[in-house]
This record gives sequence, structure tokens and C-alpha cells, in this order.
Amino acid sequence: MMSVVPVSYYLVLSAILFGLGVIAFVFKRNIITIFMAIELMLNAVNLAFVAFARAHNQLDGLVFVFFVIVVAAAEAAVGLAIVITVYQNRQTLNIDRINLLKF
Amino acid sequence: MPILDHLWIIIALPLLGAALNGLLGKNCSKPVVNSIGIGSIALAFLTAMEAVREFAQLSPEQIPWIRNYFTWITAGIFKVDFSLQVDQLTVVMLFVVTFVSLLVHIYSTGYMAHEDGYYRFFSYLNLFVFFMLTLVLASNVVLMFVGWEGVGLCSYLLVGFWFLKQSAISAGKKAFITTRIGDLGFTIGILFLFWTFHSVDFVTVFKQAAGMPVEAFGPAGVLTGISLLLFIGAVGKSAQIPLYVWLPDAMEGPTPVSALIHAATMVTAGVYMVARMNPLFSRAPFAMFIVAMIGALTAFFAATIGLVQTDIKKVLAYSTVSQLGYMFLGLGVGAYASGVFHLMTHAFFKGLLFLAAGSVIHAMGGDQEMPHMGGLRTKIPITFWCMFIATLAIAGIPGFAGFFSKDEILEAAEHSNLWFYWLGLLGAGFTSFYMFRLIFLTFFGEPRYDEHKVHVHESPYNMTVPLICLAILSTVGGWVAAPHLVGGTEYFDKFLSPVFAAYAPAQGDTVTRVLNPELLPPDYTAPSAGMDLLHALTGMPVIIALLGLLLAWWFYIKSPETPKKLAQSVRGLYTLVLHKYYIDELYNAVIVQPLLWISTNVLWHVIDEGAIDGTVNGIGRGMRESGAHVRQIQSGNARSYATWVVIGAVAVTVLMLGIWGMVR
Repeated sequence: MMSVVPVSYYLVLSAILFGLGVIAFVFKRNIITIFMAIELMLNAVNLAFVAFARAHNQLDGLVFVFFVIVVAAAEAAVGLAIVITVYQNRQTLNIDRINLLKF
Repeated sequence: MPILDHLWIIIALPLLGAALNGLLGKNCSKPVVNSIGIGSIALAFLTAMEAVREFAQLSPEQIPWIRNYFTWITAGIFKVDFSLQVDQLTVVMLFVVTFVSLLVHIYSTGYMAHEDGYYRFFSYLNLFVFFMLTLVLASNVVLMFVGWEGVGLCSYLLVGFWFLKQSAISAGKKAFITTRIGDLGFTIGILFLFWTFHSVDFVTVFKQAAGMPVEAFGPAGVLTGISLLLFIGAVGKSAQIPLYVWLPDAMEGPTPVSALIHAATMVTAGVYMVARMNPLFSRAPFAMFIVAMIGALTAFFAATIGLVQTDIKKVLAYSTVSQLGYMFLGLGVGAYASGVFHLMTHAFFKGLLFLAAGSVIHAMGGDQEMPHMGGLRTKIPITFWCMFIATLAIAGIPGFAGFFSKDEILEAAEHSNLWFYWLGLLGAGFTSFYMFRLIFLTFFGEPRYDEHKVHVHESPYNMTVPLICLAILSTVGGWVAAPHLVGGTEYFDKFLSPVFAAYAPAQGDTVTRVLNPELLPPDYTAPSAGMDLLHALTGMPVIIALLGLLLAWWFYIKSPETPKKLAQSVRGLYTLVLHKYYIDELYNAVIVQPLLWISTNVLWHVIDEGAIDGTVNGIGRGMRESGAHVRQIQSGNARSYATWVVIGAVAVTVLMLGIWGMVR
């Protein structure tokens, strides 16, 4: 019988990916990179969903994953449009320089 | 029964007139405003008279005739219907209110012809008639209260009609606020009434009250309590001691208003209310005693002030207060019909006196001071004769309206309590004196005005015709209650008797007997107009009225210097009375000034500025200051926001893990 990879492995991998995403989200300055960090976090969560779905033999997790993918796609469409507009207006994608909205 | 089934038409017509004139009158010409104002009242008068004609065909079982139009309030067992009622008392009031209103409206077209806000005046007057008719037609005490407050509102609006005049504004406020004190008592009385009977409908309440015994003489007892509280309302509205102070000031309003509201109708609302509530009062001898006492004291006290006033309208104002006192005296000694009878005759002759005084003022070009008049008899003969007839009526000269009604009241008082009788009698003498003083000062003697400056002229016909109508009623109006021996039939007493007899306490329990049992023969029944002719004609009221006439004649025709000498010799007393016993000053010092002080120094500067403003401003300031710190977080740097999000997420995770751990 094939040995089964324990669910905790997947979770650790998911946590590492999510942590990397968080770190990139906080520390990177380019908006597109930050965007990719968000995608990384979403997919880390997807991985956890899939792992749990498999471990419990239930479909709920998979359904959630599809929702996340749909939302991520929509978010990418809107987000990239915003990125383009920002660049057209400010000629920069440095997040630290896009700081007009403050007190 | 076309009108009796649609009683609402009677009160809707004046309301329609008020709305039309109030909303559209500004852009209409005077004839249009006149037709709307007078037309609505004339139609209301005609429909009311048609209702009376139909009422006369009802059988006794159908009275009181009640029509329910819709339910106004329901809350649990508390239910108020918009329902109107007609019985004999309502019929009397309907006639008085609509008829006098109609005459006053016609008169106003002459008197107010040159005033600004002409349409506004007629709109207010119509509104007043609407509320007054609501008051008298209401079949439950809450709807009656609506009319009661409504007439107070119109009184305020009309007293302050010349709103650019400071004194008129103050008088309006005084009238409104003083009556409001009484209304508080009325309101609490209504609450107690409902609490006791679980209903506010007159018929339901009275049927229950009829099963209750006459209460012992004393302030305890639920019927006594309710009656006294209701009477406080009447004291405010009908200007009795101690709340009479607003009525003389209300003379700041236009004279037709004084005639209609402050003499003929609104101020008698208190009398009407007590008469309406007679089943309760009849079982509360202590309340009856208080009613009679306040009435007798007011009748006497106000008459003394009237003796020395020089403003023609002020004399009539104190006279009104005094005459209202007689009505309450009549009610208080159990002679309800006599009180209501005096209400009716008073509406005729006092309305006439005010309208005639308005005509005099009109002729004098606005001057109201009697010392500036004199010798007007030949200049304005119609006004003179009408006013003279009214004076004969109010003084109680036999044959005129006031004689019958006042005599009935004094007769009843004599059988109840001699103190009340003597107060009333003295007051009647004073009444005769100050009224003839007014006549002599105004119409007799040498003119004391500058004939080159003041162009005295008789009023136009639209002012004199109402005077003549009222003069006729002041003459013959009393005969409806004339006793048998002078050829009358006591029609008025018999007509009203169902209202007052239906729920009266059993015979032998009558209030008068409870008040003063030793004065009454055991077979004494309720006082009526049926009295001996000889007794009436030579009775004390007539003698004392003639004495007053003679004294006035002596003082103001025969030897005009006597009053001055008399005033000199008793200067202290004279000054006291001239300044109305300093009651206004007393109220000002004891009530108004402390209230002002508390309002300014406590309610305004401490409570309002300190507590309320302080709280509101403090919250605002706190928000602003904390916001100044919190807004530092919004730096504009998206990465710092991201850091906050991460920190928040971590914090929530840790918290949930901790809670989970604890739960487990």
C-alpha cells in the first residue's frame, strides 16, 4: 500500500508559502510584486483547503478553492487595471511614493 | 334627520372658512374675504338652527343624541371617538356661539376695515368658532379638551393680533400661559376620570357616577378630587380668582375679539364644562362649595376693581370676570340652569357692551380713556341707546335679561349660604354703579375731548346692526325663563332640566342641603326661577341695583367733584383698588421673578450651558482630540497599513487560539 503523505506536511508547506507571501507583501515596494505576494497567500490557503478536503474526504474544501480562484481572477483583473492607471498618472509603481491619501 | 346625522358639518364649515381665508385670503379682495368669513359662519348658524329644529322633534329617549364618526385613539382600554353629541345644554351653547359669532363677524367688517392682516383676522375668528363648536358638541371629555385648547390658541393669536405692539404680545402670552396653569389641573382631572370610570365618554361616565353616593363634605373622595381638578381648568379658562389676571390684559386684542372670545363665548367654556360635568359635581359637595366660594369672591372682588378703572374696556373686562363669578356662584349652589341662563344672557349683554364700546372707541379715533370722553349721547345715538340697554340688562333692572338670570342666582345663593348671597348682592350693587359710571362718563356731561382734533361720528351700519340685534336680545332674552307670575313659563329651566336632573342625586341628598342643612326647609327642592313677583320686584338685588344707579348719578352727574374728594379722603384704599390690589405686582414678585431667576441662573447658565452644552461639547472635543492622535496612523504609506493588517491578523489568531485552548 502506498504510503500517504500526512496532512501536516501540506499544512507546513502552506504556512511557509503564506509566510513568504506576508513577508513579501510587507517588505516589497513594487505594486506588482505586492500583488504577486497576495496571489501567493491565496494559493497557500488553497493548498490548505485542498489538503483538508483530501484528509476528510469531503468536497467542501474543493468548492471553497474554486471560489477563491474565481475571486482571485476578478481581483487580478481589477487590480491590474488599477496598477496601469496608477502608473499612467504617477509614472511610478513604488508603493512608498503613492501616499497622497493621508490625514 | 339630515343635519343631526351629519353634525360634523356644523364644525366643518368654520374650519373650511378658516382654511380658505388663511391660505388664499392674502391675495383676495376684502369682499371675498368677507364672504368667506361671514358666509361660513352664517351657514354654520343656519345648519345649527336646522339641527335644533330637528332636535326638537326627537323623543326624550333619543337625547342625548350621539353620532360617532370615527375612532380617534385606541390604546388598550383607552378609547376616544370623534363623536358629537346634542342635548339641551348643547343646543343653548350652539345658539349662543353661532349667533354671537355671526354678529361679531359682521361687526368686524366695519371695525377692522382699515387694519392690516384683514384676512388673517377672519381666518383666526373662523378657527375660533370651529374650536368652540368642537368644545360644545364633543361627546367625550378628551375631544372637549381639544376644543378647549384650540380656543385658547385662538385667544392667544387674536390677543396678540397686532403683533408689532409689545404690550399685545405680552398680553397674548400671559393669556396663554395663565390658562395653561389651569389646563394642567384639567388634564390631571381627565386622567383621574379615566382611571376611575375607565371611559371618557360623558354618558358612560355619568351612568356610573349616578350609581355612586354623595360624598362627605371634605377634600377626600374621588369624585371631589376629579371635580376640583376639573374646576381648576375652569378657573383658568373662565378667569376666576386666582387665575383671572390674564383677562383684563387680553383687552389688548381688537375689540370684536374681546366681545366674542373674552366676554361671550370662550371664557364661558369653564361654566359650560362644570355644568356639563354636573353629575360629578353634584356628588361632591366640597367641590361645589369651592366653586360657589370662588365664584362669589370673584364676583365681588372683580367688581370692586371695576369701580375705579378709567379705560372703558378695562371696566368691561373686570365686569366680565365678575359676571363669570356669578355664573360659578349659580353652579356652585346647585342652580345649574341659572348659571347657564346667566351665561346666555351675559353673552348677549356683555357682547353688546363690548361691541358698543368698540363703536365708542371707533368714534373717538382709538381713545379708550373715559376721562377723555363725555357728551357722546347725541353724537352717536344708536351706540348710546344700545349700550344703555345693555347696561340696564347687566345692572339687573327689572324686565331686562340680566335681571332674571342674576336674580335666579342670588335667590339660589340665599338658600345656600348667606355669605355668598351678601357677596353677590354687594357685587351686584358695584356692578350697577360702575356700569352707570361708564355710561355717565362716556355719554353724559360736557365733552372733554378736543372737538377740533377728534371727529366723533356714528359707526357704519355693519357695526350698528349687530348692536341693535344684541340690544333686542338683551331686552327680551330674559323672558324665556320668566317665572309664572309675570306671565312667563320658566321655559328655560324646564328645557334644561333633563340635562341636570337625569343624573342628579336622590332628593333629600341635594348639595344645597349638605352645604347648609339648617337653612333649608326639609321639602326644599332645587332652586328655580319660580319666585314671587312682588318678592322679585322689591327684592334686595333690585334695590341695590337702583342704589348703585343713584350713587353713580350723584357722583358723575350731580356733583362731579365728589368722587375726587372721596378718593382724596380714602387715598390709601383708592390707590390700592386703582392698582388692582397690586395682584399683578404680587404675582410678578412671587411667581414670575423667582421663575425668571431660576430659569436664568440655574436652568440656563448651569443646566443648559453647563450640563447639556458641556456634555455635547465635551464629547465633540474628546472626539477631536483623540482623532488628532489616531489620525497619525493614517500615514499614507500602504506598507505600514499592510503591517497593521498582519499584526491584526496575528493578534486575532493568537486570541482565538488562546480562547480555543481555554474552552478545550
